[in-house]
Amino acid sequence: MADLKRTPLYDAHTRLGAKMVDFAGWEMPIQYEGIIAEHEAVRTYAGIFDVSHMGEVEFTGPDAESCLQNLVTNDVSSIKDNQMLYTFMCYPDGGVVDDIIVYRLKQDRFMAVINASNIDKDIQWMREQAAPYNVVIKDRSGELSLIAVQGPKAEEILNELVDADLKDIGFFRFIDGVKCSSKTCMISRSGYTGEDGFEICLRNEDALFVWEKLLEAGTEKGLKPCGLGARDTLRFEANLPLYGNELSEHITPLEAGYGMFVKLDKGDFIGRDALKRQKEEGLTRRIVGFEMTENGIPRHGYDVLSDDEVIGFVTTGYNSPTLKKNIGLAMVDIGHSALGTEIGIQIRKKVLKAKVIKRNFYTKSYKK
Amino acid sequence: MEIKKGLYYTEEHEWVRVSGNTAYIGITDYAQDAMGDIVYVELPEVGDTLKAGDVFSVIESVKAASDIYLPVSGTVLKVNTELEDSPEMINEDPYGSWIIAVDMLDDTELDQLMDAAAYKEYLSEEN
Repeated sequence: MADLKRTPLYDAHTRLGAKMVDFAGWEMPIQYEGIIAEHEAVRTYAGIFDVSHMGEVEFTGPDAESCLQNLVTNDVSSIKDNQMLYTFMCYPDGGVVDDIIVYRLKQDRFMAVINASNIDKDIQWMREQAAPYNVVIKDRSGELSLIAVQGPKAEEILNELVDADLKDIGFFRFIDGVKCSSKTCMISRSGYTGEDGFEICLRNEDALFVWEKLLEAGTEKGLKPCGLGARDTLRFEANLPLYGNELSEHITPLEAGYGMFVKLDKGDFIGRDALKRQKEEGLTRRIVGFEMTENGIPRHGYDVLSDDEVIGFVTTGYNSPTLKKNIGLAMVDIGHSALGTEIGIQIRKKVLKAKVIKRNFYTKSYKK
Repeated sequence: MEIKKGLYYTEEHEWVRVSGNTAYIGITDYAQDAMGDIVYVELPEVGDTLKAGDVFSVIESVKAASDIYLPVSGTVLKVNTELEDSPEMINEDPYGSWIIAVDMLDDTELDQLMDAAAYKEYLSEEN
């Protein structure tokens, strides 16, 4: 796989027998032991993920907050130091540039964690929009690594190595400058699996050491290294969106069903007019959950039909490892979005029956 | 990667075990490993007549769906219905888990397939 970027943990992955794939230009582990075993480890014990391909962007300066407030749909002024915010960055037409997490380090210093596939696009967009503001935007993606430890045993495992009491960190909060196995880290209680867990942001040169210490400490507690395959099945069951599937420049956050992260009353921001109009006029389509009632596995991109007419497309679908059911998320015309509606999914040459169900396939077990 | 002697192999990683005029067909250890956890196997109908190279089954892992090609032309005699409830059998025992058995139309088509030694060579070239 020539020309692909590698994280500082590349050698650790190959030593662990990972299958490596091209993901957004990065050579990343898709699985080690197997997606189902890794998925179950996270739901039952814990899993450790290398997500160092994700981007980190720092906003520093007196206008850092107002610049971000203009860039994103959620209310940045609602978070205090050491708190995080999930939000969308939209185009003026309401389409999504990216979904990001904003960390408030200080009143005049924020960090945004962004999707690997969008790093170049995001940073260009951020810099263009930031021109009128007194803020310095620094891309730190090349110097920082990110390791996620997720699952019911995550706190217990991490507590052995960290010189702070993780009990004190609430959901979507973080501590900076903490030591994990003597290396300086920023640790947040957050993740992308629907389980309790942490994300550890640290310098590239410290990543391998901390990764190995975590594996050492966690293996006897059921911790397994997990690849992007399990990451996707886990986030899907927990109804967490993936950019490129549930979100894109052609899908608004309202259509995707994440209006709770769009604060139309916080003041002006990019995309506000379009999103306000869409809310007032009503949606013409939206993402629903569905379950197959005939046997077949729905996949990203498959057509959704009603009476031979295409009425939408599958954004993500799986044979759910936790629920052992064939379920999916699909963007459908609004007239077919009510709970219980019968729809058809085009799976190869057949149209198989499915019905619209609630999207919370798996109840998240976040710590309050 | 296990390669079993006495079987025929295709470039698409199917195997054929011949018994009289019946060909039992499955996928190789390499194929199941590449696919990962198998969660669904779509089977043809008994009695279907298919040509070599036709897609006779689709195997779905957690991640993706893969077409499985028929190595030799024939009429489907049996399908392994155990795979409907236990598709993971293919991961556990790829050479013991045949998918279908066909009554061969032309057993000289077997000459186009690889033996174990040739398949081993083929795998080492592919990787």
